[in-house]
Amino acid sequence: MLNEPITRIASRSFTLRDANIDTDQIIPARFLTTTERGKLGEACFCDWRFNEDGSKTAHPLNGVDPDAASILVAGDNFGCGSSREHAPWALMDFGFQAVITSRAADIFKSNAAKNGLVVCEIDEASHAALLDRAGEEVEIDVIGQTVTAGNIRAEFKLEPFARTCLIEGVDPMGYILAQDEAITRFEEARAA
Amino acid sequence: MASPSRTLFDKIWDTHLAAPEKTEAPGLLYVDLHLIHEVTSPQAFSELEKRGLKVRRPDLTFATLDHATPTTPRAPGSLPIYINDAAKKQVERLEDNCRRHDIRLAGWSSEDRGIVHVIGPELGLTQPGMTIVCGDSHTATHGAFGSLAFGIGTTEVGHVLATQCLLQRKPKTMRVTVDGKLPRGVGAKDMILAIIAELGAGGAAGHVIEYAGEAIEALSMEARMTVCNMSIEAGARAGLVAPDATTFDWLRGRKYAPKGAAFEAAKQRWSKLKSDPGAVFDTEVRLDASRMAPMVTWGDSPDTAVPVSATTPAAAPGKAAEALAYMGFRPGHTLLGEPVDAVFVGSCTNARLSDLREAAEIMAGRHVKSGVRMLVVPGSEAVKRAAEAEGLDAIFKTAGAEWREPGCSMCIAMNGDSGKPGELVVSTSNRNFAGRQGKGVRTVLASPATAAAAAVCGAIADPRRILEASYAQ
Ligand code: SF4
Repeated sequence: MLNEPITRIASRSFTLRDANIDTDQIIPARFLTTTERGKLGEACFCDWRFNEDGSKTAHPLNGVDPDAASILVAGDNFGCGSSREHAPWALMDFGFQAVITSRAADIFKSNAAKNGLVVCEIDEASHAALLDRAGEEVEIDVIGQTVTAGNIRAEFKLEPFARTCLIEGVDPMGYILAQDEAITRFEEARAA
Repeated sequence: MASPSRTLFDKIWDTHLAAPEKTEAPGLLYVDLHLIHEVTSPQAFSELEKRGLKVRRPDLTFATLDHATPTTPRAPGSLPIYINDAAKKQVERLEDNCRRHDIRLAGWSSEDRGIVHVIGPELGLTQPGMTIVCGDSHTATHGAFGSLAFGIGTTEVGHVLATQCLLQRKPKTMRVTVDGKLPRGVGAKDMILAIIAELGAGGAAGHVIEYAGEAIEALSMEARMTVCNMSIEAGARAGLVAPDATTFDWLRGRKYAPKGAAFEAAKQRWSKLKSDPGAVFDTEVRLDASRMAPMVTWGDSPDTAVPVSATTPAAAPGKAAEALAYMGFRPGHTLLGEPVDAVFVGSCTNARLSDLREAAEIMAGRHVKSGVRMLVVPGSEAVKRAAEAEGLDAIFKTAGAEWREPGCSMCIAMNGDSGKPGELVVSTSNRNFAGRQGKGVRTVLASPATAAAAAVCGAIADPRRILEASYAQ
């Protein structure tokens, strides 16, 4: 079983400057009752985008066209909080393909990688510069692990296996299943 | 050559690698206990079905219902009334998945049901030296027993169901040493809020924390669970405490703990689970418990905790100002006297028997201020029974608080329990993120004693004042 390889993403950026954007902001808990995949776009940042009565707020997220701006540039410590994988699901259902930040939370990063959402942690100076240039044309080279936008050129480092999964479409579940022998050996050794 | 001195974390890690870590790929970490609940598991089971896979070790898997379940008081035998159909469907899906895959479920009819991180330890499922995972970021709670416990996403829930293993790279280690003694009226919740304020919301990212020192060793198991529970709020992967006599005494006789000679043998093994004297941590942090005070948060991140009588940050543009604006608090002012609308005592951080006792001590003979709503939600059926047996429910009800059925309740507000927009809620839970307790709700995190004091005073208050009045009588 192989996934669609992702080697390069080029798009305009959309910026959310706030630091510590937690997964409760990305998708409020009341949407977690879903038992399916693929329908969380509306729920993404719901409390930022909609008023109590369901009308839209003036938040810039309501003005973004994810087809044209699918790279989210966000503040430091992005995706902290709950381990809900619904967060990367919602971001992807909304239309984002990548998140650029100075630091993303551990579980969020791991969840994102498993769903083909590219998370690039770049140095603070480039990050600050990118945050100041909303709507900039950005290119993410997943193979070379670089972010380029005008005269900004930053490097990021994916966990090597996450990178392989992205660029070769490797399926992590299949990869673990293939090590069945090692797992069985481990179980037998402990039982002994 | 690698140092022969290893940390407690290293020891657990090394004995659970089914395949070693390589440059190009993470290692395979074997999981001893996989806890599941209704919210983060349905898509994982669907994935298994899609691939025609079975659950590899149903015997190492245990399920409960907690997140989406209503906590409204029910007559025995009557059916729960869900917030919506989706919540009901989610619970039914887990019931069905457990039946089909032969997984133990603490369901509606079980006397073991409760919040996943409360029941694991309570049932003795959680034991020293284990690797424990759950699709919930507060899984670190179980680290209080000297186990390596951490939260995972739904895809990983699927990996563990199918293979009992996770792809993991070895995290870094941090030791948080807390010296001295906690002053009277200051508890484990205050301690962990002080630690998080010191580390910052992302300060322990990529690390596993070992909590050590005189003040940690003096804590009860319940208190250690409160401390480990909130490790994630400093960004840590996990938090743990070396097991000792307190741990073993707590485990003896628990439902799934080893019995008799097997327990004694296990105790021998568990006693070796500690960091070697020369073990080196990537980061060391030291705090002094004797200087700690009851803590409250002034912002929308758990690291905005300050002593209850301290002042909020002075006026300055930036993140702090935005957080203060959201909370409706003035810069440079104390929160004491700030009027509250609701009080929540519950969650996997503070809904064990000792937490309810702490709140009840303040509530006894007093009344919830009129206009304030107080919810007391026990962490499990067992906590509820024990609390009722010693009359704590009567104290809360007489004081005008609501005594509810076990569940996550207002910690996550996806089950019908939530605040209203603009309300100020003093909460014993673990997250004060904007909207966590309902859209527009402003959350102040605090200990059970501070929460109870707020309920009695109708405003943020120092619980020591009330306790001193009690002692004086
Ligand atoms: S009480 Fe809150 S933090 Fe704990 S498991 Fe439930 S939702 Fe998660």
